[in-house]
Amino acid sequence: MKKNWPILVVDDEEVMCESMAAWLREDGYRVNTAPNGQQALELAQATDYAICFVDLKMPGGMDGIETMMEIHRVRPEASVIIITAYATVDTAIQAMKEGAQEYIVKPCNPQEISMLVARILKLKKLQSENAILRKKLTRQYRHHDIITKNPRMEEILALTQDISSLRSTVLIRGESGTGKELVARAVHCSGSRAEKPFVAVSCAALTETLLESELFGYEKGAFTGANGQAKGKFELADGGTIFLDEIGDISPKLQADLLRVLQERRFYRVGGGQEVEVDVRIIAATNKNLAEEVQQGRFREDLYYRLNVIEIRLPALRERREDIPLLAEHFVHRISTELGKDISGISAGALKLLIAYDWPGNVRELENVIERAIVTCRNGMLEEQDFSWLQRSSGTSQNWEVPDVSLDELERRAIIIALERKHGNVKEASLALGIDRSTLYDKLKRYEISH
Amino acid sequence: MNVLYLVAIGNVPEKAWEWIENASAEWFPLPIRRLAPLPIPAEAYDEKRRQYRSVEIMKMLAQHAPRDATRVLGVTDVDLAIPMLSFLFGQAQLNGPIAVVSLFRLHQEFYGLPEDQSLLRERTVKEALHELGHTFGLTHCYQSKCAMSLATHIELVDAKTEKYCPECGMQLVERFTSLDGGV
Repeated sequence: MKKNWPILVVDDEEVMCESMAAWLREDGYRVNTAPNGQQALELAQATDYAICFVDLKMPGGMDGIETMMEIHRVRPEASVIIITAYATVDTAIQAMKEGAQEYIVKPCNPQEISMLVARILKLKKLQSENAILRKKLTRQYRHHDIITKNPRMEEILALTQDISSLRSTVLIRGESGTGKELVARAVHCSGSRAEKPFVAVSCAALTETLLESELFGYEKGAFTGANGQAKGKFELADGGTIFLDEIGDISPKLQADLLRVLQERRFYRVGGGQEVEVDVRIIAATNKNLAEEVQQGRFREDLYYRLNVIEIRLPALRERREDIPLLAEHFVHRISTELGKDISGISAGALKLLIAYDWPGNVRELENVIERAIVTCRNGMLEEQDFSWLQRSSGTSQNWEVPDVSLDELERRAIIIALERKHGNVKEASLALGIDRSTLYDKLKRYEISH
Repeated sequence: MNVLYLVAIGNVPEKAWEWIENASAEWFPLPIRRLAPLPIPAEAYDEKRRQYRSVEIMKMLAQHAPRDATRVLGVTDVDLAIPMLSFLFGQAQLNGPIAVVSLFRLHQEFYGLPEDQSLLRERTVKEALHELGHTFGLTHCYQSKCAMSLATHIELVDAKTEKYCPECGMQLVERFTSLDGGV
């Protein structure tokens, strides 16, 4: 991650530049150095530095403050830290007024500098997260977000067109993150109800009583706090579509109420005595196997058949791996535009990694993963390293099967596995293998394993 | 080209060698040898700061590295610094052959406390593993108990253990077992 926050050190003393850079590199940062303001500026034009350490006094050409101002002209977001000797603290304070984020007096305590860098980067991370959340708040899901070349998905999309103008209830099944709401919106938007409301309700998010008043509304005095009449989602969706997500999680009482709405298209508000009539198309979704829930007695059979008039089963992302490059490119384009970042695409290596991953959270997880990579990416292209944390979490399990290889190769693999099991501890690995450590490194050398 | 050399710079207690040698043998599948001690280079001393320039000492180590050396770890008992920082426990070339560790601030006496050999051993081992870890490409680790976590004062050195965390250890395994990786 730290590699994504490049740092520039500007000082006319080479030893100062190089020793500072070496120290920061040990901490995992990508560091460049420049001996003067001019070269610093050229580097800043090419790289979006998160932090620039600039020495206040540099003989000839630009001094520290001029260099800082020029860097800010090309990289207004870069945090400049002015480095100063004790005698020049007043000027350093002047530099702060001109836009420096901090100043440090050399030589400074190692703790001071590592805390300063950590503090600035924490702020930068918060700023970028803030930007994403703002974008997320305003982002609208569009049905052309369904992108596929998978035959099953294409059939599903064709089906959404065919059924869009009917009023029949639709049940969408699929793991979380497969795009159930997107498909529901696609059905709604393609049909005659497109101009009317599409109201989505997550049934698992609310308790039984809350969900009841949420769906059906309530009359004044129905319960403590019910100060006036309120319309429920069914009324709000009148003429349009109501999308009941996670329908498998509703209580038996609500199952009965919902069955009545489905049969009669009429219901009572909570605490009300007058029936309300609505024209609403119901699309329900679940990640559960409802048929099994019915068998177990947890879901009403009659409701299940009412809901399951048209069933759409969305495949998991791992069942449509051919869509991963297509979706990834789409997300890169959309998210980088939204975040105002200039990312041209995903490298072949990174794509290979994405295709190999199993995506338990499906398309939503892919979208989040790409968003995270874009936020932290500092190059014009998403590379393997931008997804390295994904690779680590997917794990590389080592199952011992005797492969069709030479005995030497078997021995080499056994050594690697022993070292991995002991997390790199050579002493423990050689003990486990029953050889001494010098034999172990002799063998490593024999197999031309380098270090 | 696969020997890990240990070298004293100036006066270093004999015991420190054993400590570092044993700890290195536990983690690095390499032959470990000692070089004859080297004097502290005169140009390394900074009169104004009364400290020794770490960069000069590393330059000297590079000049004295034997042909079959893959890594050279220098150990000294003098106080090290770089222009930017007031002191260093040690320094290394990330992915490079040279590293240096200073025992100066690892002694309890430096903090006005009575000598403690067992604590000095632990600190010496932690810092030696830390700097050698850098030479094999490891950067600072977020786990405060890992030998690779960043210690900017002695309490943080004491918070570490004398071993790499599983994640850093796995990176070493990758390093030592990959067929196409370079030294």
